[in-house]
Order: sequence, then C-alpha cells, then structure tokens
Amino acid sequence: MIRYIKVAIFIVALVPLASLMWGFFGPTPRDMTTWGAGLGANPIEKITHVTGDWTLRFLLITLAVTPARKLLKMPSLIKFRRMLGLFAFFYACLHFLTYIWLDKFFNLHEIFADISKRKFITIGLTALVLLVPLAITSTTGWIRRLGGKRWQALHRLIYFSAIAGVIHYIWLVKADIRKPLEYSAVLAVLLLYRIAIWGTTALKNRTLLATGPGRPLVES
Amino acid sequence: MLIKKANDIPSSEITSKSMYLNRRKFLAAMGIAGAAAVGAKGIFELASSSNGAYAAEKILNLQKSPFSTNEKVTPEETVTHYNNYYEFSTEKEEPAGLAKNFRTRPWSVTIDGDVKKKQKWDIDSILKFAPPEERIYRHRCVEGWSIVVPWVGFSLSELIKRAEPLGKAKFVEFTTINAPGEMPGQQRPVLDWPYVEGLRMDEAMHPLALLCFGMYGESLPNQDGAPLRMILPWKYGFKSIKAIVRIRFTENQPMTSWNKANPPAFGFYSNVNPNVETYHSQSFERRLGEFRPRPTLMFNGYDQVASLYSGMDLKKNY
Repeated sequence: MIRYIKVAIFIVALVPLASLMWGFFGPTPRDMTTWGAGLGANPIEKITHVTGDWTLRFLLITLAVTPARKLLKMPSLIKFRRMLGLFAFFYACLHFLTYIWLDKFFNLHEIFADISKRKFITIGLTALVLLVPLAITSTTGWIRRLGGKRWQALHRLIYFSAIAGVIHYIWLVKADIRKPLEYSAVLAVLLLYRIAIWGTTALKNRTLLATGPGRPLVES
Repeated sequence: MLIKKANDIPSSEITSKSMYLNRRKFLAAMGIAGAAAVGAKGIFELASSSNGAYAAEKILNLQKSPFSTNEKVTPEETVTHYNNYYEFSTEKEEPAGLAKNFRTRPWSVTIDGDVKKKQKWDIDSILKFAPPEERIYRHRCVEGWSIVVPWVGFSLSELIKRAEPLGKAKFVEFTTINAPGEMPGQQRPVLDWPYVEGLRMDEAMHPLALLCFGMYGESLPNQDGAPLRMILPWKYGFKSIKAIVRIRFTENQPMTSWNKANPPAFGFYSNVNPNVETYHSQSFERRLGEFRPRPTLMFNGYDQVASLYSGMDLKKNY
C-alpha cells in the first residue's frame, strides 16, 4: 500500500517538470513563432520561476510531515518524507542548472560576479549547498552510519536551507513581496510548531530531572 | 457643431501662418484627403468602432524614421503579452487581460509647472502636433531582457515647444493616471502611485525621445501604455512611462517612482550601461526569441545621446 502511494507521489511530483517540458518542446499557442513559446515570451525566466517555486514548496511540504504525523495521528507519513525532501533537492538543482546554463550560458566570470555581488544569489546558493549533505545522507545506510542522533542533528540543516530559500525570494523581488511573504508565513508556522514542541519537551525534561523518575509529575 | 463667436477663440487656437499656408500638405501628411474635415479620430483610420471595447486602429501615412534599426522586430504577440505594468499586475502575463476594458477616451494631458500658460490638451489634438513616424527601437528592460518594437509617435520636442516652458525649467516630470478602479495593481502600494518619471530638459528635447501613441502600425494596446507614453530607447524600460496624464516642467530634479522605491537599484538617469550594475549585472541581456544571451551595448546602442552625458560620472549618476 505504502509502495503504491510512494509511486503516486513520485509521479505527481514530476508534473511541474513535465509541464515545463511540454511548454518548451510542445506546440506553441496562438501565433507565437519563437521557441519555447508554450512557456510565454521569456521561457528561461518561466523555467527559473517554476523550478524555484517548487523547490520552496517541496521544502515546506517536507517540513510539514512531522507536524502532520502528530496532528493527524498518522506516524506512517514518515515513510514519504525522504522522497519529498529529495524532490526539493531535485527542483533546487534544476533551478540552479537553469541559472548557470540557460541564463548565464556557463559564463563563469558572470556567475562568480553574481554570487559575490548580488546577495540574493549568494543566499540562494547557500540554500542549495545546505541541501547537498542532506541529499547525500538521505539513505538508511547513512542513518545507520551516522547513528540516529547525529543524523537528526545534521538534517536540522533543512531549517536553515528553507529560511535561506525564502530570503532569496524576498531579496530578488523588486517591489511586490506578497508571494515571498506567503511562503514566509507558512515556513514561520512550521518552524513555530517545532519551537513549541522543543519548548514543551524542555520544560517536561526539566521537571522530570527536578522531581526524579518514579514520582508523578502532578500530585493527585 | 457649436459655431464659436470670435472672442471665444483663445489665441492658442489660432492657426500659425505657416501651418495655414501649408495646410494641404499638413492634412495630406495625416492621410486625410484635401479639405475633408479632420474627424474626431484624427490621425487614425476612421474605422467602424466595435462595441466600445479596445479595437486597434490603424495609423495612416506613417513616416519612416532614420532612427529605426534594421534588427529583427519582436513578434507583436510577445510585446502584447509580456508586460511590466504594475498598475495592472506584477505578473507579466496578466496586464493583457486586465487592461481590456481600460478607458483611453476621453483622455487629456495637463501641461503645467514652469510654463508660459497652464494647459489641458485633449489627446487627439496632441496626436496632430506632428506627422506620425514609425521608429523601430531596441527596448531594454532593467531585468535583463530586450525586444525590438516598431513604435509610432513623434519627438517629444514637438510637444515641448508647444508647451512653451520657461527658461528656469530644467527638468520634465511625467505622471501616469491614477485609476485604481480600472487598474487593480494600484489598489495596493506596490509602488507609490501614481507612477512618476522624469528627464533632464536636454534629454527630453533630444530627437530620440519619442512621444508614443502606437506600435506595429496601430494605436497602442492598453497593456502597452495606451493611449500615450514615452519611449526612451537609451534608458532602461521603466523610464518609458505609460498612460501619461500630466507633464510638468520644473527647476528641480523630479523624484521618480522606482528611485523612490529602491534608490541603489534604480537611478534617475538609468541609462543602459553594461559597466554599471544596478539591480543586477547589466553586461548581458536576453533578446526575447533568442536562445543565447547577448552583450549589452552602452546606451543600448544609441551613441548619439553620449554627448548629453559627456563629463558626467555615469557610475555616480546611474
């Protein structure tokens, strides 16, 4: 059952890429005679935006798994988290590839100038780089190699990657920050959930330590 | 038709002698035969108007211009469906639909500030100031894409000389219409509405500065700045203000909308300059329709404006 759902998620997660390819290679609407016109007048800009959007969305979906498990009481949702996280990395890579290839045409001088001088690009690259160790260590083999606690600590990098990704979006927009703020709001809720959990667990642990094990927390 | 009594007619409406003597040539240039009265539509073909919705009207007797480039013209479909017109939407594909019912008539332009006499000109009289020219210009957006468009209009200087600015006027300020009822983007303070742009007087008087009311041989589509806009081909596209309702002459440099919104990214001059990074690197651009990026040219290739800026540090005056 889980297997089927995984396959379904896999296929659905590829839809954004499929629609980009259809727009690029497929029939052009109306009278437009230029290449990739299924993606509008500026196909490279469109591809950059769509891949960027889906990177953020998959990051947020991945971060939503843990709260969903607890709140919906469906612990098995954890089985889908790895794939969702890897799709975030997948779209991040496509987004980066679009930038260095279709946008900059591998002009290294331009790319390095951008990375060093335009802060929205610096932080965007940071967000991507933070995902690399997560993608590499996404396998069960690596969970075993690192041990659960260290693996979990490493994978907290996703919080920083998501924050960097949202800031990348805020900084690149010229005037209308509505969409980036929507992503920030969702991210804030997902992070606040974790802060709340961390806060209440810390409180519980302190009380336990103070009272010692074996004694009830509340005097009945 | 109201027959005015002699003392009703203001002196500004008296036909100049030279125009009177050359009236047949003048009328012929506008494509209206001999003594036929100039209809309400003026320079446009007296086409049957459809149900009031926007219908492109063909412009008659377009003059060719020596300022036109031979480069490949961008397909009209692209130029009418990819628009940075934040008054309608910040999504480039939306203005085409959202601007469908934007009303461009009646329309008048207020001329004020340091001028001999404040005026309010109906747009159809402005359109008759000079014969319409087709100017195929390169148009370069600050975002890094560019197009080639056959604009229709005449030099802004034709309007300026009729506005009779005073000697102390050093700048020209333009304002776009404020119409949040028709322009949904103006309902949020994405920019400080209405949109304001400005030029130094010598820039405004340069023959390249185009007062534009058409493209591809027809009147401007709403999403492209109808009914009247500026085209400044040597500057980034946001300087080419759309839907103009006011032109004010002033002693002081006007505060322009994008400069107000983000001063380090958008300067007053915003001349196309591959050596000055503002919003981002400007060394390359993407001509829509082309796959590879191409190097950006100084002043967008319009070297004839270089003399306006000789001696100026263009990194400081970006």
